[in-house]
Amino acid sequence: MFEPASLIVGLEIGTSKICAAVGEINAAGAVNLIGLGQSRSRGVRKGEIADAPLAEEDVRNAIVEAEQMADVEIRSVYLGVTGGHIRGFNNRGVHPVVSADREIAEEDVQDVIKNAKAINLPAQNHVVHAIRQHFLVDGQDGIENPVGMFGARVEVDVHVVHGNFNRLQNPIRTVKSLQLEVEAIVFNGLASALALLTPEQKELGALVIDIGGGTTDYAVYADGTIKHTGVLAIGGDHVSNDLAYGLKVPLGRAEQLKIEHGAALLDSACGVSVSGRAALGAGVTPQAESIKGKTITLSNELGLTLKTINLEHLRRIMSLRLEEIFQLIGQDLEQAGLLDYLRSGIFVCGGGSRIPQIEKLGEKVFELPVSLGKASSISGLKSALDQPEFATAIGLVKYGSFIQHQKKSGRASLTDGIKTTLSQIFRLG
Amino acid sequence: MKPNSQDKTPNLPAGKANQALTKVPASTTIPEAKSRKNISIKVFGVGGAGGNMVEQMIKSGFSEVSFAVFNTDAESLENSSATQKLRLESKLLRGLGTGGDPDLGRAAAEEHLPELKALCEKTDVVFIVAGLGGGTATGAAPVAAKVAKEAGALVLGFVTLPFDCEGVRRQRQAQEGLEQLKAAADGVICLPNQKVFKLIDENTSLIDTFKITNDLLADGVRGIWQLLTRTGLIDIHFADLCAVLRGRHTESSFAAAEAMGANRSREVMEKMLAHPMFEGGQMLNEAEAVLVSLMGGPDLTMAEVNRVMEQINRQCENAQVIMGAAVDPAFKDRLSVTVVATRPSLPEKSPAATDDVEADERTPAPSKNRPGLESQFLSPSLTGRPASRFVAPPPELTSEKREQLLEQQATTLGRQRKKSSRMRQGQLSLEIISKGRFDKSEPTIHKGEDLDVPTYIRRGVALN
Repeated sequence: MFEPASLIVGLEIGTSKICAAVGEINAAGAVNLIGLGQSRSRGVRKGEIADAPLAEEDVRNAIVEAEQMADVEIRSVYLGVTGGHIRGFNNRGVHPVVSADREIAEEDVQDVIKNAKAINLPAQNHVVHAIRQHFLVDGQDGIENPVGMFGARVEVDVHVVHGNFNRLQNPIRTVKSLQLEVEAIVFNGLASALALLTPEQKELGALVIDIGGGTTDYAVYADGTIKHTGVLAIGGDHVSNDLAYGLKVPLGRAEQLKIEHGAALLDSACGVSVSGRAALGAGVTPQAESIKGKTITLSNELGLTLKTINLEHLRRIMSLRLEEIFQLIGQDLEQAGLLDYLRSGIFVCGGGSRIPQIEKLGEKVFELPVSLGKASSISGLKSALDQPEFATAIGLVKYGSFIQHQKKSGRASLTDGIKTTLSQIFRLG
Repeated sequence: MKPNSQDKTPNLPAGKANQALTKVPASTTIPEAKSRKNISIKVFGVGGAGGNMVEQMIKSGFSEVSFAVFNTDAESLENSSATQKLRLESKLLRGLGTGGDPDLGRAAAEEHLPELKALCEKTDVVFIVAGLGGGTATGAAPVAAKVAKEAGALVLGFVTLPFDCEGVRRQRQAQEGLEQLKAAADGVICLPNQKVFKLIDENTSLIDTFKITNDLLADGVRGIWQLLTRTGLIDIHFADLCAVLRGRHTESSFAAAEAMGANRSREVMEKMLAHPMFEGGQMLNEAEAVLVSLMGGPDLTMAEVNRVMEQINRQCENAQVIMGAAVDPAFKDRLSVTVVATRPSLPEKSPAATDDVEADERTPAPSKNRPGLESQFLSPSLTGRPASRFVAPPPELTSEKREQLLEQQATTLGRQRKKSSRMRQGQLSLEIISKGRFDKSEPTIHKGEDLDVPTYIRRGVALN
């Protein structure tokens, strides 16, 4: 069987679905996806666990399925976390070089990173990630590694993702109660971005939006490093909820309507199952048709008509909600001054990206090219890689492979007697 | 001074002053004082360490500042060269010191309230210097602060905390004393002696070490005294200082740096950021309010002021920054920057703080671009200030009126108020919108809007 180190499992406890992805690192160091397990999630609201026993059961199902598919025993996982309490921001650490010759030493670099991490967080908050971006030496920007340079002052920019400690503990506890180890917790938005983006796209600048059931996570990469992350505690559940409220149907029915008839824009080409009213007699054309006046007839199990629903209303309610999600992200990025950096465009993933014409809506809001994200730079189950719902779990596996790689190279070079300080500093390329 | 008494800083030759400190040379710091206002300043040295610090200040040449020392120990009082001495004797003490019991120190001070009161008369600013952790200072300093405040003075504490090696009990006593002093004084600038370790090298003698801490505190007192008395081009008012310190009841950190030559504005900031008191600029990052005073010669340029302030503003983006710049002919070619940074106050409040009604009422932070505001409400006109500023709380009406005035004037306030009113509206909303699935989960509030409510309802899109 596999050595524990070569097996990497990503576990995402999502609001609508729990997903476990099993990856294996082959001899060449590449990651191969060998198994996937998923289960409907019942105990999670807005990305956070609301019913621990239910969530535990669902996680167990997903893990068991993944174990069966990959034919392995899962002992530890990389756990994705999300929730409205998670925040990301950039921080700069400053450190004056005190040595007489003003040459920057390893210790100075360590110190400046330590300074950058020492942030004034509320006491109950916990840092999930502190990712190094760039160094500055005496105000000179864009330095990758300042060791050996001369300067009076080293600064470093880090991106810090932090969240409420107790709320971060909840999913960890659920996993631990299943006798599984948690190798690390990873912000879901970051994991999705890792799964979708190629190094070129990171360099050019890209925004990844993961529209999940309970939360929408997003991350911005530019100049090869992470620039911004965020969570909106709104997702597909909200769309269903809006529909249930607006169309006055039960929640389950609303979800069904969303999947069968939903679209991100009002006028769409996907009105396949629209049953036009006989009076209109327009006939159902699959191409760009107007939905004005179209209705959907809901019937009970005996085939009796219960209710007719105006399709336009359905689309309008959905469209407004989705548009708002994009607008909120857009506002956030505008505030961060990042909208001009997204030169390779916007990528959407998560269950929400299944909504027809979501790209068009995104293009309308952001005025940038929007496409569905495809998990790249990982091989294996082709069918899974193309599914936008699995982006986070796959990203978690990829994150794990980074960590494993770092651990390994750290160990190897230590035995070689080479200084490893820099490689040990956690870094995501 | 006897080395075997509780003396911490015997005299040293002036040349032995520590080089690591960016200290203003004593001879030049006090050029012909051009006092802007007749602010009377008094320095109270409480306890043994306080007395020593006062001694050092007197030696480094303060003018226009009167010194007073209080101690339970007659011997160290005798050795002091301060003009006013008060022996806190008490029956409880039976002619002895407090023996490290703060309760005794407090009791002794309380027995001498009238004398203390007399000392505080007609004083605008009282600095209380003390080394916390022992008996006299820890107990008496808060009492002295309270008395001075009741007499109408702005009270600033400059205290040291014991070294870690001095033991847990002493630390705890010092912390308690600090809390009490914070509650009683307007502001406390606190120097944990442990921090001095960063300033000294391995071979520094014990005597030198204590001298350094005393020097640092003396620098602090001097810096603030300069802020208040020197004529500024960009003035720091007494009220500005109040705004940074008063009512926060918190710890402030303090650092001064000086540089000469063409690159002085850059160098001075480098020194400032490297200053151990600011923990490599970390303190500035965390600061809630920052007071910056620049002092230069007639050749001080606006660009230099700008460069320094740019750096400081970048370091503390979230802080309220108050700046002042002054020109003194004696500062030719030199630029000295003094920064007082106040950390955000801790949420829990010591019970003694409740008597400070006025500070609590002052909810809005005065904004930088309305310099007149805080002086309007906070700064009692310096000439005819009633002596009982704190004793008699202002009548209800005044506070309401103040609110009204603030509302009219401050734009920054407007935002705050709007926010609160929006919150209220959410609760009193007439149309009750069910949030369905999210009824019982934590609401997703974004800029005051509950995002769980369907978007079309919030946007008022009608569905017929």
